[in-house]
Amino acid sequence: MMTFSPQLEQKFAKMLTAYPEGKKRSAVVPMLIYAQDEVGSITPELIDEVARRCEVTPLQVDEVVGYYSMLHRKPMGKFHVQVCTNISCLLVGGMELYEHACKKLGISHKQVTADGQISLEEVECMGACSWAPAVEINYDFHHHVTPEKLDQLIDGLRKAQ
Amino acid sequence: MPKKLYNEPSPLETRILSKRFGLENSESLATYLANDGFKAFRKAREMKPEEIIEEVKTSALRGRGGAGFPTGLKWSFVPRSSPKPKYIVINADESEPGTCKDRLLMEYDPHQMIEGILIAGLAMDAHKGYIYIRGEYRYLIDHMDRALAEAYSQGYLGKNILGTGFDFDLYTHSGAGAYECGEETALLDSLEGKRGVPRMKPPFPAVAGAWASPTLLNNVETFSAIPAIIRDGGAAFAALGTPKNGGTRLLCVSGHVNKPGVYEVPLGYPMMKFINEIAGGIPGGKKLKAVIPGGSSCPILKADECDIPMDYDSLAKIGSMLGSGGMVVMDETTDMVKVALRIMRFYAHESCGWCIPCREGTTWLRKILQRFDDGGGRHDDIGLLGELSKNMLGRTFCALGDAAAMPTISIVEKFAEDFEKRLARDRQMVAV
Repeated sequence: MMTFSPQLEQKFAKMLTAYPEGKKRSAVVPMLIYAQDEVGSITPELIDEVARRCEVTPLQVDEVVGYYSMLHRKPMGKFHVQVCTNISCLLVGGMELYEHACKKLGISHKQVTADGQISLEEVECMGACSWAPAVEINYDFHHHVTPEKLDQLIDGLRKAQ
Repeated sequence: MPKKLYNEPSPLETRILSKRFGLENSESLATYLANDGFKAFRKAREMKPEEIIEEVKTSALRGRGGAGFPTGLKWSFVPRSSPKPKYIVINADESEPGTCKDRLLMEYDPHQMIEGILIAGLAMDAHKGYIYIRGEYRYLIDHMDRALAEAYSQGYLGKNILGTGFDFDLYTHSGAGAYECGEETALLDSLEGKRGVPRMKPPFPAVAGAWASPTLLNNVETFSAIPAIIRDGGAAFAALGTPKNGGTRLLCVSGHVNKPGVYEVPLGYPMMKFINEIAGGIPGGKKLKAVIPGGSSCPILKADECDIPMDYDSLAKIGSMLGSGGMVVMDETTDMVKVALRIMRFYAHESCGWCIPCREGTTWLRKILQRFDDGGGRHDDIGLLGELSKNMLGRTFCALGDAAAMPTISIVEKFAEDFEKRLARDRQMVAV
């Protein structure tokens, strides 16, 4: 059995009452993503735990994990840098920004720096099209990002370690 | 201090849904109440459910998520008298490339949407609602949770709302990264804790939706339009737009314009006026090459097709769609091979894999376009891209296959020249 932080336990307790009687399975996806934020990745133990809490089989949780792009079986960095290269960002330098991030960090898509601190992902549209190019670091949006601004953001993350 | 907006508003806008954007603490219930908030709910409480639905029909509001289905009609499909519980589900999975408006409606004016949902609850006799928000919008999930808590604490949600005897519980629900979950039946499967795979229709969600119960599913903007419709009357809302295309909508303009942003205009607003005057025209005095009018699923328009009013029917007449309001503007320097490839990379990534024409079709189209962009294009590819896409149209389980095929067909047909130019360049390079 796994336990989470008191805040998360509170969130999960409330979450399980949000759905109709007997429909705890509905909490699978939100529970996975919130738990991943705390645990670091979707581990086999986490799958078992979510299955237990949502009253489904571990397989029913496992099959969901592979479907959603934000769920990772391996840990990403402490700071997950997501650069959008979809159409609106592409037109205003999103691809160049992503290539710049690869060079700057010395890693590429879904890789993590050797110290485990920063990971990079080329992502699909994340709803910042009118303020492109956009980058999301963990859950923080950054708009109108230039290579210089990205350097500053990444340098800031390194200092924050 | 009023919150700094993501982009400056334009004086040419007609701000109905966005009228509170930029007000001090616009996201608070107090600001909402001081600016017409919950007047519509109080009015709706005195109306019969059929009258509410009739008002929505009169408004000529059409779904703002992409398909443009008449909202009042959709509402009338939910069997109010069903003995099963009825649910309201709010599609806040905003993920159509080019679209970023629902974010603002939730961030700046969450109570407007909540009021719209409550009115739908009255009309459907529903007492529970779920706001399905894409996982990437975590800050908005937290933001909506705060707005819900505020509404609960002041009696605008929960038991016996405003002493009317009407109960309604509203929850947020996080997605975890999947474009497909914007499709309504896939969203419902995801809400039920499964992979977001589309369901066979019929039955439609109105009859058997969430947990096999009657479910009303609408987009954030659709619900956000409801308070204005009930408050000022459906006819007033309809009059803002064009026949059968009522009201205003939020358009998200991106790409090659001087003032990209989200702007609210009446349906039927002239596209070129929108691009040149509201969005500030194309930078550097360059010429317009193409416009994707409503998100990347929509067939692309050539510059000479863009002198049209922006409503669902005018766009349909020229073979495209107003979609989700995500307008992408491209100048003369844009390479359509790269555009087609990037669009297809997206659909191939997001195809849920459930049905073969979509899963295989998007993969093969992506491979052909990638090879073409890498310099290995063949002349037959141009026809092959169109043919493969046409074979996907209408043959997939849900609209994702069409969403991938439609822009591709239009790009290779309208911009074959870009593909020919690439072939000529590749040949030259081989010759050297």
